[in-house]
Amino acid sequence: MDIHEYQAKELLKRFGVNVPRGGIAYSPEQAVYRSQELSGEKCVVKAQIHSGARGKAGGVRICNTDDEISDAASWMLGRKLVTHQTGPQGKLVGRLYVEEATDIKQEIYLAFVMDRTEERVVVVASAQGGMEIEDISANEPDSIIRSVVDPAVGMQAFQAREIAFQLGLDPSLITQASKTITGCYKMMDELDASMLEINPLVVTGGGEIVALDCKVSFDENALFRHPEISELRDKSQEDSRETYAGDRGLNYIGLEGEIGCIVNGAGLAMATLDMIKMAGGEPANFLDVGGGASPERVLMSFKAVLNDPNVESILVNIFAGINRCDWIAEGVVRAVQELDLKIPLVVRLSGTNFEEGRKILDESGLNITTAETLAEAADRVVSAWKSATTNNAGAV
Amino acid sequence: MAILINKDTKVLVTGFTGRIGSFHAEEMRAYGTQVVGGVTPGKGGTTHNGLPVFNTVKGAVAETGADMVIAFVPPPFAADSIMESADAGIKTCVCIADGIPAQDMIRVKRYMRRYKAERRMRLIGPNCAGIITPGQGFAGLMPPHIYLPGRVGIIGRSGTLGYEAASQMKSKGIGVSSSIGIGGDPINGSSFRDILELFENDPDTDAVVLVGEIGGPQEAEAAAYIRDHMKKPVAAYIAGLSAPKGRTMGHAGAIVNAFGESAQEKVEILKGCGVTIVPTPSAFGEVVEAMMAG
Repeated sequence: MDIHEYQAKELLKRFGVNVPRGGIAYSPEQAVYRSQELSGEKCVVKAQIHSGARGKAGGVRICNTDDEISDAASWMLGRKLVTHQTGPQGKLVGRLYVEEATDIKQEIYLAFVMDRTEERVVVVASAQGGMEIEDISANEPDSIIRSVVDPAVGMQAFQAREIAFQLGLDPSLITQASKTITGCYKMMDELDASMLEINPLVVTGGGEIVALDCKVSFDENALFRHPEISELRDKSQEDSRETYAGDRGLNYIGLEGEIGCIVNGAGLAMATLDMIKMAGGEPANFLDVGGGASPERVLMSFKAVLNDPNVESILVNIFAGINRCDWIAEGVVRAVQELDLKIPLVVRLSGTNFEEGRKILDESGLNITTAETLAEAADRVVSAWKSATTNNAGAV
Repeated sequence: MAILINKDTKVLVTGFTGRIGSFHAEEMRAYGTQVVGGVTPGKGGTTHNGLPVFNTVKGAVAETGADMVIAFVPPPFAADSIMESADAGIKTCVCIADGIPAQDMIRVKRYMRRYKAERRMRLIGPNCAGIITPGQGFAGLMPPHIYLPGRVGIIGRSGTLGYEAASQMKSKGIGVSSSIGIGGDPINGSSFRDILELFENDPDTDAVVLVGEIGGPQEAEAAAYIRDHMKKPVAAYIAGLSAPKGRTMGHAGAIVNAFGESAQEKVEILKGCGVTIVPTPSAFGEVVEAMMAG
């Protein structure tokens, strides 16, 4: 789960990391008021969306006067900003963060990640701050410093000092830098973050170390023990199709295509998307109905898939282990009837009770195409989709 | 004897008296697996489905001589249960739970290092469908009838995709020595490489099918191991060719974050190390058949 920059900075402050003073604003008037609270001098208006690279999209503006603040705020609010991380549909700006401008002397990159090779938290730092880590790795690979934290004892002071010295910081800044690095690690550890990135961490003209931006993601599997973090969720930043499905306990990811998918198991669901693509179609979504799916859950899955207006045909692919094909088939029949499904539907059932499931589908008298294998199912759904769309185009 | 589980393995079930644990323990017994009892703290001394219940794993091991644990404990308590099994001298622990916090798994992996390699527990999973040696026994959730006993090993992250492979092989008359689900989490117990090593040294296995997916370094690590250390042929399928970058595809570990983690890159790396590629999830049967004939 991602949170906004201003929320991340509130948390950083709690762990002893310096951040610029700032306030949240929901309107141009409020933005101007916030800047006056901050002293009324130069300030930065920052669009709060769950994405990096906001600057390039016009989402970060340095302002010198109240008019500039007001203009920047009214341009940003209600706009969908498109960055390389948001996808082409962009993300809606619903709130702004107005921050005092910082006198930047040096920019540093600092991140904490779960490293899958080490199976530990690894600190990644570079004196080449301000650019993205991909660009640092490509252009300045030797500038990257890595330090592995032993989970038994946590981050040690000497590790933080080593990083600070390797960054080439002035000796007078080492204590402050160590405190910052240790504070970030504590936040990651205590709040079950899966990633924490400060880019840039800056040294100011006044010799202070300040986090100018911050991106944090939390491990959704650990949210049960951090209710205060769950409350920071902003649904306006999510794909509405995913919010709908997620709120109903379905594992769904929205994609760009036209063929809706309902599958059991994450691996099989991914493989089904691959097969649709190879058969010449484009999947509209990833959906894992999970184990032990009841007819109700199948019906719910149809609702989630059909919530996407781009869906023009549906493929159900089930290899039942703990699932039962007869339950799945019951759910499919109910969905077709209750939702008055008109678009092509292909169902492939395999595993536990598949004969019973097949029988339910055949005897329903509904227009459901069945398939024996995954390849057959993908071919059938793609050709059904193609002929349906050609017919529609002909009618127009 | 294939690997990890056989007809003599004594299996203990943690989370035994819960709905899921009860159901699958009965399925395992019906297949012939030696389930010797279960652990549910506070219910020690009672019986459940005719088997003894213990308060602690240590207590259960002392009474039953169990050498394997299958954990049906819910995610928030699973890490604790794994560590309890490790400390009780269990040889292999299969953990089913989907949704264990990553930090908990980091601690589990660190904790297990306190035991010398010879007596260190082997963890399978979490977030996996379990393990099976067809015709002998299983510890997991799989429908055991789809596996024909035979001489090809299967290792996979995904449960249902592993079923797909096994049933396609069965329809071609190709049997399985053991099938091991290593799970879909970013930090897991045994890696592809760990299980490949067991299959390479197993006299009852002639070839291996690896079912991988996007995300993480383990397929690349497996590829290097196959190139440098394996004589037995390996076929591999990687799911997620069409997965968008930076999105978690169902499994917590199925996310492309770094170079070499996409399906295309993994396929190239495996191919470069002499692995036979299964091009589509519908081609397991024919590709394995051709590989065994060649």
